[in-house]
Amino acid sequence: MTTRNISISTLRRTLWALTGVAAIAFGAAYFWQAQTPQELTSPRITGEAAITNAYNLTDHTGRSVTADSFDGQWQLVFFGFTHCPDICPTTLAYMAQVIDELGPEAAQVTPIFITVDPSRDHRDVMAAYVDAFHPRMVGLTGTEAQVAEAAGNFRVWYERAEDASMPDGYSMAHAGHIYVMAPDGRFVDVWLEGDAPAEAFAADLRTLIQSTGSSS
Amino acid sequence: MKSIAFIAFCAALPTLAAAEVTVSDAWARASILANRPGAAYLTLESDIADRLMSLGTPAAGQVMLHGTETDANGVGRMAHIEVLDIDPGTPVTFSPGGMHLMLMGLVAKLEEGSTFPLTLSFQYAGDVTVEVQVFGIAATGPEGAE
Repeated sequence: MTTRNISISTLRRTLWALTGVAAIAFGAAYFWQAQTPQELTSPRITGEAAITNAYNLTDHTGRSVTADSFDGQWQLVFFGFTHCPDICPTTLAYMAQVIDELGPEAAQVTPIFITVDPSRDHRDVMAAYVDAFHPRMVGLTGTEAQVAEAAGNFRVWYERAEDASMPDGYSMAHAGHIYVMAPDGRFVDVWLEGDAPAEAFAADLRTLIQSTGSSS
Repeated sequence: MKSIAFIAFCAALPTLAAAEVTVSDAWARASILANRPGAAYLTLESDIADRLMSLGTPAAGQVMLHGTETDANGVGRMAHIEVLDIDPGTPVTFSPGGMHLMLMGLVAKLEEGSTFPLTLSFQYAGDVTVEVQVFGIAATGPEGAE
C-alpha cells in the first residue's frame, strides 16, 4: 500500500514536471519563432554591429599593424593555423584564387591570414606560408592575448584541442570563415570555402568594389 | 554432402578472386614547410566489406586518417579516425575539406611534381601500395593536375 502511494505520488510529480517542461519548451519555441525573421537565410551572419575590424598584431615582415594599417583596402580576413593540413591551405588557396580572378581590382584587395596558434606560428613561419600562397597575402601573428582579442573582435571562435596524436599534442579547432571588410573597416560579408566557386566570390567582390568606387 | 560443399566453394571462388581494394587518384598537396604536416587524398573502393587498418610511407614518420568535421557554424575540427570501414561497392573519397590523410613528421618538404609510395593495410585485402603524386599547394583535386 505504502509502495503504491509512493509510486502514485512519484508518477504525479513526474507528470507535473513533464507538464512544466512542455510548457517551457512551448514557450521557448514560440519565443524563438518570434525572434527569428522569416527572411533570415544564413544563421552564420551575426550582424554588422557584432563584428569589429580591430586588432594589434605583427605582420609577416615584422611590422606592427592594426586594422587601420589596411585602410583604403578591401580586406579578406581568415583565421587559421599552419599546422592545419587540410582546411587552412584549401581556404588560403581559395582566397589567392579569388584575388587572381579579380584582375585589375585585385590591387584594391588585401587577403589577410591571422593565426590562432601564435605560440607555433611565429613571424618567419607566417612569412613562408603567405608567400607560398599569394604575393599580396599578409600573415598576422602576435601574443596569445593579442590573437584572442583579434578573434574576439571578429567573433571568430577557436579553441585549443588537446590530442596526443597531433604534432605537439594539440590541434586548433576554429571557424573557417572569410570575412569581407570594406576599405573603411566595416564588416560587409562572410564566405566559406566550398560554398561558392572562387569566380562567384570574385564577381561579388568586383561588384562591391565598383559600386563603392563610383559613389565616392 | 561433400559435393554440395565443394560446389558452394567453387561458386565462391570467383568472388574471392575478385575481392580486392582499388586505390585510385592518390595525390598530395605540396607542403610549404617540412616541419608542418602534409595532406594526401585518394579514393578507395572494395568489392567486399573491408577495413583500412593502418597506413605508412617512407616520406613521413606517421600517416593518420583524419576527418574534418565542419559544423553549422562553420567551425572545423579534425577528428582522428582509427579504422575506416569500407562498404562493398561504395567508394570512399578523401578530398580537401573532408577526409584526408595527415602526413606527420615529413622527411622532407613535399615538392610539386614528385611522387612517394604509400602503403595502405586492409584487414582482408592486405597491403596495397600506391604512388602518390604531389600537386601544387593550390590543388583541389586530382583533376587539377599539371
